Amino acid sequence: MELGGIFAYLVSLAIMAGIYAVFCLGLNIQWGYTGLFNIGIAGFFCIGAYASAMITTPKPTGIYAHYVQQIFGLNLPFIFGLCGAALICGIIALLIGIPTLRLGEDYLAIATLGIAETFRLIFNNEHWLANGPRGLMGLPQPFQGLVDPRHYNYIYLVIILMVMLLIYLLIERVIRSPWGRVLRAIREDEVSAAMSGKNIFYFKMQSLVFGAMVMGVGGALYAHYTKAISPDVFTPLYGTFIIWVMLMAGGSGNNKGAILGAYMIWGIWIGTKFITDLLPYTLKARAPYIRFLLIGILLEIILIYRPQGILGEEKKVSKMID
Amino acid sequence: MLEVNHVTKSFGGVSAVAECSLNVAQGSITALIGPNGAGKTTLFNIITGHYKPDNGQILFQGRRIDGLRPDQVFKQKIYRTFQITREFAQMTVLENLMLIPPRQVGENIWNTWFRVKTVKEQEARLQEKALEVLGFVELLELKDEYAGSLSGGQKKLLELARSMMADPQLVLLDEPGAGVNPTLMRKLTANIRKLCQERQITFFLIEHDMDLVMELCNPVIVMSEGKKLMEGTPGEVRQDERVLEAYLGGQHR
Repeated sequence: MELGGIFAYLVSLAIMAGIYAVFCLGLNIQWGYTGLFNIGIAGFFCIGAYASAMITTPKPTGIYAHYVQQIFGLNLPFIFGLCGAALICGIIALLIGIPTLRLGEDYLAIATLGIAETFRLIFNNEHWLANGPRGLMGLPQPFQGLVDPRHYNYIYLVIILMVMLLIYLLIERVIRSPWGRVLRAIREDEVSAAMSGKNIFYFKMQSLVFGAMVMGVGGALYAHYTKAISPDVFTPLYGTFIIWVMLMAGGSGNNKGAILGAYMIWGIWIGTKFITDLLPYTLKARAPYIRFLLIGILLEIILIYRPQGILGEEKKVSKMID
Repeated sequence: MLEVNHVTKSFGGVSAVAECSLNVAQGSITALIGPNGAGKTTLFNIITGHYKPDNGQILFQGRRIDGLRPDQVFKQKIYRTFQITREFAQMTVLENLMLIPPRQVGENIWNTWFRVKTVKEQEARLQEKALEVLGFVELLELKDEYAGSLSGGQKKLLELARSMMADPQLVLLDEPGAGVNPTLMRKLTANIRKLCQERQITFFLIEHDMDLVMELCNPVIVMSEGKKLMEGTPGEVRQDERVLEAYLGGQHR
């Protein structure tokens, strides 16, 4: 591969890792700080992607309406897609939280897992909603006309990094404050936090909704990167499991760790592809499974030898004191 | 100040608290003693909103507080500690304290983004107060340690310190002396007495250490089989035959 090709490859790698970093930041609010066991990230990924897709594309008319069905199409700019995705994911998190957050944490896990799969299957089977298994295509990309399409990824990388940085700063500010302190107290001991006058349900709900909104933005960023989405993308492996591995590796309870973990694990994940390419031809058909295995082993090594992740969490929560 | 009227609570067929009625007077250090399984901790859990009573009323300064959530009971200025300390292990000692005060501006997401100055000012005030409290219980040098790394006795002091951050009117202490060495124990009792006298905080405490009870508390309420057996001065309680019988298993005769 020539040098330019390698560089373009690295850029696409950095874009995907950046998108995953956004998911990790969202999960870090929920799990890293509050201890909410959300194993249905793929659901918010899916909703965020579809929401943004339908907000930014027009509803097909004329002959296209025979081929592409979607429940609405607003044809608004990219930024509305991001905000709309966050808003819709927030509302859905609210609806999930109402029945589950009063119960023990395992109920939230089961509910999010089930709901994520349900969303995927609904999008797959209900053609009127978003074109069923064929999905939606031709999503617009911001500042598309500025450069040659071959070099567009550079612009998108800048957009991703800016959105990621903005989300990082917003989260870091709100987490490293008395608000984040309450969340960590809830994670440490819910009963004691309640006896300390904190409304557990209310704070958990804020954490769940906020985290889901961030995940919605992640979904939207993904949709406009690939320009085409279909339900088979939002599987538990790519939509949930790998994000958990990233957060665990980077350091749960640390926003810098969330970003670091995303880049590191995505790099390793892509790297294993090169390794499995070297396998003898007889094993090649099994390469994808070998990659899953390698990631699984990596997670176990992390959990055994460095359970706090590479960075670990910061000792002090609030940065509002000097 | 605190009135418990005919409170009943059963779990399955076992009635843990049965028609229990008692009063805690303002400004007192009232002890609640009784044999294991008498329902003392359950009663504490009911008062602080952890359980809802099946029957009966609880009044605090004339207002009904039974059925409120724990955080709502806290807002009535009632604080409790636990038999087995429940510190926030992976938070520093200082932040364990700074968490407690109610109505913090920075507990609102918007304020942390848009009213940073106000939040910082309040944090500075809370820190000052927390450091003062830590000085009072002599844990100042441990302020940046994880609470989980403290010794058992230090955790008891931390619980007391946290209660002071709440500016409570009534503090329920569940076995403050359990697992505390004699030196620390003297410190603890001195602190409780000082808080009662100087800050007019009323204490209601469960304790098995009779020396502590006799020295610190008046009156003493004895509970047995889910209800109040008697109430009196430490001297009266010590000489009461019913109490002796309850403790020595007389109830099964």
